[in-house]
Amino acid sequence: MLTLLVNGEEHSIDVEIDTPLLWVLRDNLGLTGTKYGCGIGLCGACTVHLDGVAVRSCATPVSAVSDKEVTTIEGLSQQSNHPLQEAWSEEQVSQCGYCQSGQIMSAAALLTTTANPTDADIDNAMSGNICRCATYQRIRAAIHTAAKKGA
Amino acid sequence: MDTNIKMTRRSFLKADASLGLGLMLAFYMPIGLSKAITSAGAESNASQTDFEPNAFVRITADNNITVIVKHLEMGQGISTGLPTLIAEELDADWEQIKIEFAPAQARLYRNLIWGSLQGTGASNSMANSFTQMRQAGATARAMLLTAAAERWRVSASEVTVSKGVVYHHGQKLEASFGELVEAASQLEIPDNISLKNAKDFNYIGKHIARKDTIDKLNGSAQYTIDMQREKLLTAVVFHPPLFGAKVKSFDASKAKMIKGVVEVVQIPSGVAVLAHGFWPAKLGRDALDIEWDTAAANTLGSDEIFEQYKELAKKPGAIVRSEGDVDKALAGSAKRLLASFEFPYLAHAAMEPMDCVMELNEQGCEMWHGEQMQTLTQLNVSKVLDLKLDQVTINTLYAGGSFGRRGNPQSDFQSETAHIIKAMSVPAPVKLIWTREDDMQAGFYRPLNYHTLEAGLDEQGNLIAWHHRIVGQSILAGTMLNSVLLEQGNDPMTMDGAKDVPYTMPNILVDLHTPKINVPVLWWRSVAHTHTAFIETFIDELAAEANRDPVEFRRSQLAGQSRLLNVLDLVAEKSAWNDAMPAGRGRGIAIHKSFNTVVAQVAEVTVSKAGELTVDRVICVVDCGIAVNPKIIESQMQGGIGFGLSAALTGAITLKEGQVEQSNFHDYQPIRMNEMPHIDVHIVDSNEASSGVGEPGVPPIAPAVCNAIFMVTGKRIRSLPINQHDLSYA
Repeated sequence: MLTLLVNGEEHSIDVEIDTPLLWVLRDNLGLTGTKYGCGIGLCGACTVHLDGVAVRSCATPVSAVSDKEVTTIEGLSQQSNHPLQEAWSEEQVSQCGYCQSGQIMSAAALLTTTANPTDADIDNAMSGNICRCATYQRIRAAIHTAAKKGA
Repeated sequence: MDTNIKMTRRSFLKADASLGLGLMLAFYMPIGLSKAITSAGAESNASQTDFEPNAFVRITADNNITVIVKHLEMGQGISTGLPTLIAEELDADWEQIKIEFAPAQARLYRNLIWGSLQGTGASNSMANSFTQMRQAGATARAMLLTAAAERWRVSASEVTVSKGVVYHHGQKLEASFGELVEAASQLEIPDNISLKNAKDFNYIGKHIARKDTIDKLNGSAQYTIDMQREKLLTAVVFHPPLFGAKVKSFDASKAKMIKGVVEVVQIPSGVAVLAHGFWPAKLGRDALDIEWDTAAANTLGSDEIFEQYKELAKKPGAIVRSEGDVDKALAGSAKRLLASFEFPYLAHAAMEPMDCVMELNEQGCEMWHGEQMQTLTQLNVSKVLDLKLDQVTINTLYAGGSFGRRGNPQSDFQSETAHIIKAMSVPAPVKLIWTREDDMQAGFYRPLNYHTLEAGLDEQGNLIAWHHRIVGQSILAGTMLNSVLLEQGNDPMTMDGAKDVPYTMPNILVDLHTPKINVPVLWWRSVAHTHTAFIETFIDELAAEANRDPVEFRRSQLAGQSRLLNVLDLVAEKSAWNDAMPAGRGRGIAIHKSFNTVVAQVAEVTVSKAGELTVDRVICVVDCGIAVNPKIIESQMQGGIGFGLSAALTGAITLKEGQVEQSNFHDYQPIRMNEMPHIDVHIVDSNEASSGVGEPGVPPIAPAVCNAIFMVTGKRIRSLPINQHDLSYA
């Protein structure tokens, strides 16, 4: 049995220790907001926070996170009201929406270390997240919007 | 429950009469029984007092309006667009509108442009629904208004409606829609409904927030991969390494030893491992030992296919358009130009890989997935499971991208799910999940194409002869749409955009070869236009040959085509076309009409002497008729450009000895944040009928960028992707 701390709640789960965190979140804990896109850390759809740092949960074995706090999109805010979520809504970013949990989690990690990111900062932090609908221009705008409001 | 069904049936019969759909009692199933999933994941919940004047609107006593969306939401915004039309004519409050995806019932929810098929594609969701949805909203409004007038014993002409409230101003009376539903539901459906004049629009053409926004930023939006059912097993499939290969034998002993694996079954498309959750299913799949029968498999590589196509291109093909005498005109031209073009296979690579959830029940089979072609999938799945078409229930969910891939007339991954469930010893609900590698390597690509173009200019530099020959696999051949959609035996999915080349020329010949290659192909966002629009680079070559400005040259060949000319002029103005560019930077233009929408783009690029390319900015002008939601149109143009740019810059699925060489996002690379240009979108004011925006943003970007590259480097790009070319210059 492994103990995981996810979105402030403790969970005991019975899985093989090399199972990627992504599938534990999705299949064992029912937290399906974190998405599968590539399975090898190339697309960022599975991005979650480990102690506040953005990681690719598809390439993170669950055994590596048992002493850390995991935050998923479901735990980012109480009522979808994280400044980034509000900015995402204001800018009407989402198209198919599938990658957006990962985009928002990457952006949230960026804003915790860099309160007022430049375009270059955004390129650096966000280029690991693919959006096949190519909503990048609005993602960039939304990050700036949230930063201005002091996320 | 009985009352509920009767009520619903009666209202559907009335709906049919008003919409003229030729509904037959035997074929429909009331919405109250179907398990249409709402955007919140709840099931449809019609009750006796609900007001359902037609199949698209349901108003409940709690003052909620549910719009039943008949098209797949795959990102293009149609689950906002269709409710907008209804809200407009209903004079509803946008906040009271909720959405629910329509069940698979072609009699009610068919695509009006596609005859009897329910489905989403060809960028025609808005075009086919525009009047239908407005009528649905207007009918509901008229009945609510009548109900209020009867209640208040006033003339209906004295009653007004605004933002979901009905008023009699003289007597200071008002009632919400919710208060009127019971009375309205007793009324006959009126026959003659008038629609608003454009000047009275409150929602159409205005900024309205998408209905799918909140769910998509807090993780609650329900995609196929998120579906859960009691006792559900996840299936991962080992597909053949070559197209056309079959399983000869397999050893599942190692797979079955993996904890969580329940069963391993052979299916026509490979071997499926079923397990409790994705991870054990994938480990099980990877542990399979399979011997393949490759006797009928494709072993050609992309290079060999191109060689075959080049040979074919030396011979005349099936003529799809012929005007004047091209040979004679070419012979008499002052200048002749000949070029050939190569386009690789492309994968759709939607962010959500193909997936499907299926369960067998007493009625037949129920499915949950993102589906572009409900009726065809009902047909295909019913064949696999020996059911009748209407025993296959489809609950359409949000699609995590599609770009044509979830609209396969062969229903490949849906049928695969049916084969798995059929092969199981104890059938349980199944969730098929393709890995990224499966998704990229299992085919149904944009076809590889080879084009030749020869054109002639007269002494004044006017285009007088044009011969365009295309070699590419037919998308329709071998599918059940073949007989329906072929035009004089030719596949429009290969020649659209070439057959109707917009430039006025006295001598035109367009001919086509459609060789059979054992690689599965499919439409890919903008279909033939993905390659036929590339003639815009050849137009640039001709302009250069004639020493004429690319915009002026195009203008002169587009006489009388006011929409194209208007778009062309606007993009030239917005891009400051005549201003000089600094050294190392260039701009290129392309214009193309697809799906009845005209789009022109000017791409601004920087190319270093060493040949490093960046696309800095794109100016895009679109004429899509009445712009229902400008902000969504802008997003579709930006998205289409990003999608087209991914293909133009690096996109290629290549085969070597039949094997697909790409597998994941390291070797098939969609554009990323740091590569995305800034895009300015300008929408032409128009009162013409609304046309598509999902696809038409894609075609112009590749030629626009290549024309810009020429301006800097003097190099002509005649094969894609661009990254295979050395762009360095002195």
